[in-house]
Amino acid sequence: MNNVGVFLCTGCQIGAAVNTDELEKLATGEGAKTFFKHDCLCSAEGVAAIHKAVDEGTNGILIAACSLRIKVNEFRFDPMKVSVERMSLREQVAWSHPHGDEDTQMLAEDLLRMSMARIKKNTLPTSLKETIDRTVLVVGGGVAGLNAAQAAADLGNPVVLVDSAEKLGGYMAGVKDAVPERPPYNALAKNEIGELVSSVENHQSIRFFGKTKITSISGQPGQFNVELETPSGAETFMAGAIVQATGSHPYDASKLTDLGFGASPDVITSADLESMITGGELKRPSDGAVPKRITFIQCAGSRNADHLPYCSSECCVTTLRHVNAIKRDFPSVECAVIYRDMRTPGQLEHFYLATQEQSGCMFTRGENTTVEAGSNGAPVVKFDNKLLGEQSELQSDMVVLAVGMVPNSADSESIRQLADAKSRIAKNKSETQVKQATELAESLAPHEGTEILNLNYRQGPDLPVLRYNFPDSHYICFPYETRRTGIYAAGTLRAPMDASQAAEDGWGAAFKAVQCIYTASQGEAVHPRAGDVSIANFFLQRCTQCKRCTEECPFGAINEDEKGTPQYNPLRCRRCGTCLGTCPERIINFPEFSVDAVGSMIKAMEVPNEDEEKPRILVFMCENDALPAMDEAAARGMSWNPWMRIIPVRCLGAVNVIWIADAMSGGIDGVLLLGCKSGDDYQCHYMTGSKLANTRMANVSETLDRLSLESERVRIVEIARNEFDRIPQIFEDFAEKIDELGPNPMKGF
Amino acid sequence: MNETTSQTLLVIGAGIAGMTAALEAAEAGRNVILVEREPSVGGRVLRIHNYFPKLCPPSCGMEINVRRLEKNPRIKVFMASQVTGMERGAKGWSVKITRAPQYVNQSCTTCGDCSKVCPAKISDAFNLGMNETPAIRLPHADAWPRIFSLDRTACPDGCKACFEACKYNAINLDAAETEETAEVGAVVNATGWKPYPLENLSELGGGLFKDVIANVHFERLASPSGPTGGKILRPSDGQAPKKIAFVQCAGSRDVNHLPYCSAVCCLASLKHAMYAKDQLPDAEVTIYYIDLRAPGRTEDMLTRAKQLEGVTLVKGKVGEVKQDGAGLKLRLEDVESGIMKEPTVDMVVLATGMVPNLKEEKQLFGLTLDDDGFGLDDPAASVFVAGVAKRPEDVASSVRDATGAAAKAAVAAERSA
Repeated sequence: MNNVGVFLCTGCQIGAAVNTDELEKLATGEGAKTFFKHDCLCSAEGVAAIHKAVDEGTNGILIAACSLRIKVNEFRFDPMKVSVERMSLREQVAWSHPHGDEDTQMLAEDLLRMSMARIKKNTLPTSLKETIDRTVLVVGGGVAGLNAAQAAADLGNPVVLVDSAEKLGGYMAGVKDAVPERPPYNALAKNEIGELVSSVENHQSIRFFGKTKITSISGQPGQFNVELETPSGAETFMAGAIVQATGSHPYDASKLTDLGFGASPDVITSADLESMITGGELKRPSDGAVPKRITFIQCAGSRNADHLPYCSSECCVTTLRHVNAIKRDFPSVECAVIYRDMRTPGQLEHFYLATQEQSGCMFTRGENTTVEAGSNGAPVVKFDNKLLGEQSELQSDMVVLAVGMVPNSADSESIRQLADAKSRIAKNKSETQVKQATELAESLAPHEGTEILNLNYRQGPDLPVLRYNFPDSHYICFPYETRRTGIYAAGTLRAPMDASQAAEDGWGAAFKAVQCIYTASQGEAVHPRAGDVSIANFFLQRCTQCKRCTEECPFGAINEDEKGTPQYNPLRCRRCGTCLGTCPERIINFPEFSVDAVGSMIKAMEVPNEDEEKPRILVFMCENDALPAMDEAAARGMSWNPWMRIIPVRCLGAVNVIWIADAMSGGIDGVLLLGCKSGDDYQCHYMTGSKLANTRMANVSETLDRLSLESERVRIVEIARNEFDRIPQIFEDFAEKIDELGPNPMKGF
Repeated sequence: MNETTSQTLLVIGAGIAGMTAALEAAEAGRNVILVEREPSVGGRVLRIHNYFPKLCPPSCGMEINVRRLEKNPRIKVFMASQVTGMERGAKGWSVKITRAPQYVNQSCTTCGDCSKVCPAKISDAFNLGMNETPAIRLPHADAWPRIFSLDRTACPDGCKACFEACKYNAINLDAAETEETAEVGAVVNATGWKPYPLENLSELGGGLFKDVIANVHFERLASPSGPTGGKILRPSDGQAPKKIAFVQCAGSRDVNHLPYCSAVCCLASLKHAMYAKDQLPDAEVTIYYIDLRAPGRTEDMLTRAKQLEGVTLVKGKVGEVKQDGAGLKLRLEDVESGIMKEPTVDMVVLATGMVPNLKEEKQLFGLTLDDDGFGLDDPAASVFVAGVAKRPEDVASSVRDATGAAAKAAVAAERSA
């Protein structure tokens, strides 16, 4: 920005902590055209002064006051007209360092130099208003998909609903009863799937294609180009967002040999029983007789490290539904249920109690259950009876395995690797390469043809899957989010759940899809930087086609052309800056967050000579978690080492190693990165940011070693949002290490 | 129907469910009025140290949600407010919102000068009364809006210390209740829950013995922002407990208390066992349960807990807790062995369940409740229920529920437009 004003607050102890007259001189020296000082900058008077300056032409506003998280609305200006930087004199200086101290003053002055350097480099975003299609594509016509279609249509969006099956309804279409959803929750309810199907079929805004496959989806939110293969030929249309509700399938019972599946024809799955109940005929497969005693075995495959490690959530309730249906339709049949823990959360407890009270129903807690064919061929269930503390045996006419659910997801990454391997084999460059690729292709062969969405994305054709193949990304706080913008997972695809939960889920995911379309129409980012109007700029003339950005984008926002040149899709972009962090050519930048701007901040730091014994440590800090933790530490009156110079970043994934090189060659003694936890239980809002930062820093260490600089000068520390109490110690530990290493030998060069 | 609607949704409650409903609707282009009784958002979740099963802090997701909330121009937030009147209007509901006197206004910078001079101490509601705080204070460290709050009832007669200390004209000790009316097209009730009262569980020592605490208290003990700075200590003597017993279904699945399952307590206790082992590696932790309920991938918590040395899971419902010298004696039947047991421990944590706030509140908008006090959707009246106001459930389920409820409310609002 070319007309920068510095607006300094002296309130909240800032005035007492630092010499603000010196800061004024410095600001003017650094090129500020306006300087304004107020003892309460967030007051109406203070804010009015800033607006006045904007009216008079100031286009870069540097608020030298409190943390960027405080008084957000007071210091908010039209982002298309004014660039705003916040500089934390309160939390980072006055509240955390001794007042009137030389080091405190140096800290404040450095912060000012750095902030001035940054704001001068900032530019204004250009508006991203594109033509947006408001159609929601719903993939899957089961409970979740039907509800999503109904919801999106009722919300006013056109809907295209596709399913590989000919008819709508999914699993629940083959089910007779429903689990009670209304008080008193103690008896079977009517399954209303038929009504829902006809409502969707008759909805004027919904088009349904059965027996249909998606052959291609390209583009970005608001502008997806979808191609279908339907029984009556190809169909092409535009969609704005997608709900994937492809459901789940029962766990393969043939793997449950210890539970007698296959050994006796009278050992069946809960899905088999479902058909019998719906068909109105309860017959054991071996001889067609009505069984007198049925034993249900819960957790058949679920909660088992060898099969499904997770709980499938709905099998206990499904068994209750089955037991109730049998007792209603075939009252003389005895039912025994062997469970590990009965899981009937919430009001479903009433349903469990009511079922237990029926005659001829027995519930027994058992572990290590096995099933064998007895002497008469009928199955015998053996288990450790945990209620009697002994081995028990149950002679049964039929055994029902309550099998768990497996999500119908596609492993996008494996499919991509398979395609890559095949193309390497086809290229036939070297024998070793072909051999390796052939081995890989063989191991990935089961993924052949498993594509569902067929996204034309560089990172693979489907939603990336995480633990247990569920395609989510933040399943506690933001359960609908996936790693592909504008594509939301719903129903048993994203987590084990029962039908009523899947119905709600369809509504939720549809709302996210509708929301994404609206957001795209406004040219704004979606979660987590909702409302951000700036997008990345790729200076492609200098691109070396290294493909790092296209590979590392956590959201698959960047495609490639044949040469490997990135093709950026701004409406897929979440603005995390991972691409900026990875680009070795520094050609990816945001208007208010560029490699050059941060580089200039580093260069603006004053680095004292080594004989002054004032080391300097550069800290890159995640603004979502580490920075709030630091703010909290300051608010609680904690203090810390004055050598730290903090640069907040959108994500540690946005830290470019060039900055570390800049810092080291500039004589800065150490670089600390403070970010979120990585690993399976990552806390990074952009999923992979902290993991990528770890990888990059490992590479930096090697570079430092080559330069005869100790690799310990760069450290990455993971901290959670609530660990404010660790902040001072993390700084102190690193400062001690730097002290031990001595001054950076590059100082003064 | 399209996004440029003039209809407004009313969301009551700004806990995780209400926040989610408001945010998802506003980001989808809908206007929202968000009414919260407390002076800051976040409800119950911000009192949790870490979520199961990831053991990650609620303030992490809440940080993002607050950022979404504070800059979204489509959400009008009424803090320290309640919906006190409603009648059917031509386009939905006409509502009256009453705001408690705002003694500290938006000019507050959270500088803290007022707290320092405040002579009155009150029980700290954020820490469930486990410590005291000045009557004027930031309700808690993550509070949003980031302004102080004054419990005026605690002020000594004529005291103006805070007013005189404030440099920023943020305090008005004569502030009065204010009232506003609004037209809304549909309503989402996300009024949440409260813990089942410890005192109701006197057979388990609840309310009788200092070292019998509830799971919600244990959560605060583990939190660095809690009354002990994150140290798990016995309330009676401030010592670290060596033996801790967790009593599951304390009040839940019990016809004498709450007949339903509260859905989260098993996982909460498994998590608490991890907090305890993390901090006190030598502690002996036992969880007494009826069924361990860890649905979906939260099963991982159970798998991990089983691997922890010094954590024992015993099937058996504890019938009685009594003081035994400095310790506490439990009485239960170990279901597996059939033996009556009487273990003695240093601290008992009752896994108390969730009671919907709706149960004891004036029925708003003619909402129908089930026998347990949970609310039922009323599409005809354009009123929807989300989160634990609807059923006992965990955070992920509340978020799902709230997003769906917001969508249904958005549809209903358009229909009545």
